[in-house]
Amino acid sequence: MSYYLEFKNITKTFPGVKALDQISFGVKSGSIHGLVGENGAGKSTLLHTLSGALVPNQGEILIDNQNMNFSNTKDALDAGVAVIYQELNLVPDMTVAENLMIGNYPNKKGFVDHKELRKKAEAQIKMLMEDFDPKVKVKKLSIAQKQMIEIGKALMQDAKIIAFDEPTSSLSDREIKHLFEIIEKLRNDGKAIIYVSHRMEEIFEICDTCTVFRDGKHIETFRKMEEVNHDLIVKKMVGRELNDIYGYEERDKGKEIFRVENIRGKGVKRNINLTVQEGEVVGIFGLVGAGRTELFKLIYGLENIEAGKIEVRGQEVSLNSPKESIRNKICLLPEDRKDEGIIGIRSVSENINVSSRRHHLKYNFLLDKKAEKETADKFINDLDIKTPSREQLTENLSGGNQQKVILSRWLSEDIDVFLMDEPTRGIDVGAKYEIYKIMYNLASKGKGIIFISSDLPEVMGVSDRLVVMRSGEIIGILDREEFTEEKILSMALPVS
Amino acid sequence: MTDTTKSKIKYLYTNYSIILIFLIMFVLLSIFVPYFFTWRNMVGLALSVVTIGLIANTMMFALASGDFDLSVSSTVAFSGITAAVIINNTGSVGLGILVGVLAGGLVGLINGFSIAKLGLNALITTLATQMIFRGMAFIFSNGRAVGISQAGFFTLGNSMVFGIPTPIVIMVIFFALFGILLNNTVFGKNTLAIGGNTKAAELAGINVDLTKIIIFTAQGFMAGFAGVILASRMTSGQPNAAQGLELDVISACVLGGVSLNGGIATMSGVVVGVLIMGMISNALNLLNVATFYQYVVRGSVLLIAIYLDILKQRSK
Repeated sequence: MSYYLEFKNITKTFPGVKALDQISFGVKSGSIHGLVGENGAGKSTLLHTLSGALVPNQGEILIDNQNMNFSNTKDALDAGVAVIYQELNLVPDMTVAENLMIGNYPNKKGFVDHKELRKKAEAQIKMLMEDFDPKVKVKKLSIAQKQMIEIGKALMQDAKIIAFDEPTSSLSDREIKHLFEIIEKLRNDGKAIIYVSHRMEEIFEICDTCTVFRDGKHIETFRKMEEVNHDLIVKKMVGRELNDIYGYEERDKGKEIFRVENIRGKGVKRNINLTVQEGEVVGIFGLVGAGRTELFKLIYGLENIEAGKIEVRGQEVSLNSPKESIRNKICLLPEDRKDEGIIGIRSVSENINVSSRRHHLKYNFLLDKKAEKETADKFINDLDIKTPSREQLTENLSGGNQQKVILSRWLSEDIDVFLMDEPTRGIDVGAKYEIYKIMYNLASKGKGIIFISSDLPEVMGVSDRLVVMRSGEIIGILDREEFTEEKILSMALPVS
Repeated sequence: MTDTTKSKIKYLYTNYSIILIFLIMFVLLSIFVPYFFTWRNMVGLALSVVTIGLIANTMMFALASGDFDLSVSSTVAFSGITAAVIINNTGSVGLGILVGVLAGGLVGLINGFSIAKLGLNALITTLATQMIFRGMAFIFSNGRAVGISQAGFFTLGNSMVFGIPTPIVIMVIFFALFGILLNNTVFGKNTLAIGGNTKAAELAGINVDLTKIIIFTAQGFMAGFAGVILASRMTSGQPNAAQGLELDVISACVLGGVSLNGGIATMSGVVVGVLIMGMISNALNLLNVATFYQYVVRGSVLLIAIYLDILKQRSK
């Protein structure tokens, strides 16, 4: 009846945040334990303490009733713990076999025993029910296959505890099914498994027990999945009832402010015609590879437009760089906030003022630091950006607050058309709601918003009109009354 | 202690620790090294860092934008030679200075264009131009020092303003100008943004290519100007002048807390970095330590400085 792995009062603090607050729960051998919670709830931080990447300030991790004080990742590996992260730790230019046994090659007096290496690798691949050649380089494999190798690596190191961090986020349905088969096989072999996921249906599908986190705190552990349902878990996660998180309301529309006619370019092929009116929120839905981000890049001047035209308030414009787009009152919130949005090592204030500071220069040359401080403070206040001060480095903010910093950058400019690429991706539910409110607010002030989302309920809940894209073209544009999941999906899915 | 005072102290420590180290070093050297804290020696120390100090201004920008410039040493020699040759052939000091500085600017423009527009790696590009223009310096001078016949040229490097040597005054003026450029202009902030995250800076509407070209061209002009001043002080153009200077300049910047990854730089840090480099050589000279040992000491100081920088970043 005892737990193989047990967390006892784990507490981890970062400057200004308590990421984990007295977390205690246990996982038995031969079971799959789900871990759910919003982003920033502390799931990943807990996995990091398990893998030895972070050392908790307080509390202990027990394995088989023994206190483990992992001070680094090697300690954890030696104790039979393997954590499989979303970002896989494989060497792309080495072969499958080499990756499987990395750090642990069979050798004869220091020379690698290639025969043995291959044999062991082949056995492991078979065990994973895969059929690729151990000699193939890892970079040639799909993400799902790479994940399998990560699992194989863990088994090679004789892991008894295997934790998965959002393993299905980039897998297809078929690949997920295969992954689940393997995970269930691991359970039947007596491993203790932790499974972190956003997707509630997965938790119900494979987990035996599950724990809900919120704001770094342990909320509840359910020992029998039959006793809980989807709504109860969501309620525990969010800490309140969520009725309509989209909060959509009808708005008055004004004149047309933005028009795209038949533009073509990299990844964007044909029939790209769309308009945006003042006060309108236009959603773009499509599967990965439908050309949505490419369309934004084309409009924003990051790629060359090969044909077609763009009009802002009836005037044809040529947008060859982001700078020109901004001068024409168009802005972009990029999909990849960390790599393309924020400048992490600079302060919140500098990130907000990076573009609009040109509007308040003294003698047309010197920065007006007072005005910049006022701008930063105004938006920190207006958008409720959670930061200790405007001088805080932006990389230390949570995803939702970083997105608000980027929004502030454009709100402080004079922008009419907002292009938002997955504006709520990786942001927790509360912050999502705030982002929607900002979008509606902008629209009701007569701005036009085009936003991309892969989250179908979201795109249906927020948009006035919905553009569906598939393989580089616009398949159709629906009005709000026409939105149904079936209709939208059937347009977005490739014709077979 | 309240949290805010604690965080203030931490802020001061992380941002100004190098200034503290400088002050402590300065006091210790003044006490323990004879003749160190004398007017004569202070002027000598300042003069000895003029070349490094001038170029550190623009090197700070290059590093802050996330790039390197290894070509500055050759640029110094190339523009010194160019100025000397022009002065000797035309008899015009003004023209010599002008063309010398422009020659430096040309090197910078080539660097900037290659890096920004052709997309070449900055390290390799400036290594190549370092070789090319060292070669050009030897070609223009036939491999020998070019003595300058016009005494008027020497006033640039050897005159005084209010009792202070002109090169020092020039250096201080440039420190002030580039400090303002970094902290108080869109250009300075854009440079830091580019170094912090090039892609994000571009998407935020910054013209990355143009900014880089300007940074490298300015770097060329500064190295050219420093080269002309050096020639004036030495009364000749030397084709093998300033060898290894680029590393001294980069060392001074890194000592001053400029991040080699870009995005972080302060003028006060760079000034202190330059002074520390000069102070170490100066003290070792006063103590009659042989040049060979000086290399060892300077290298060690750099290692320690970088290590302190890493410690600082980890503590964040």
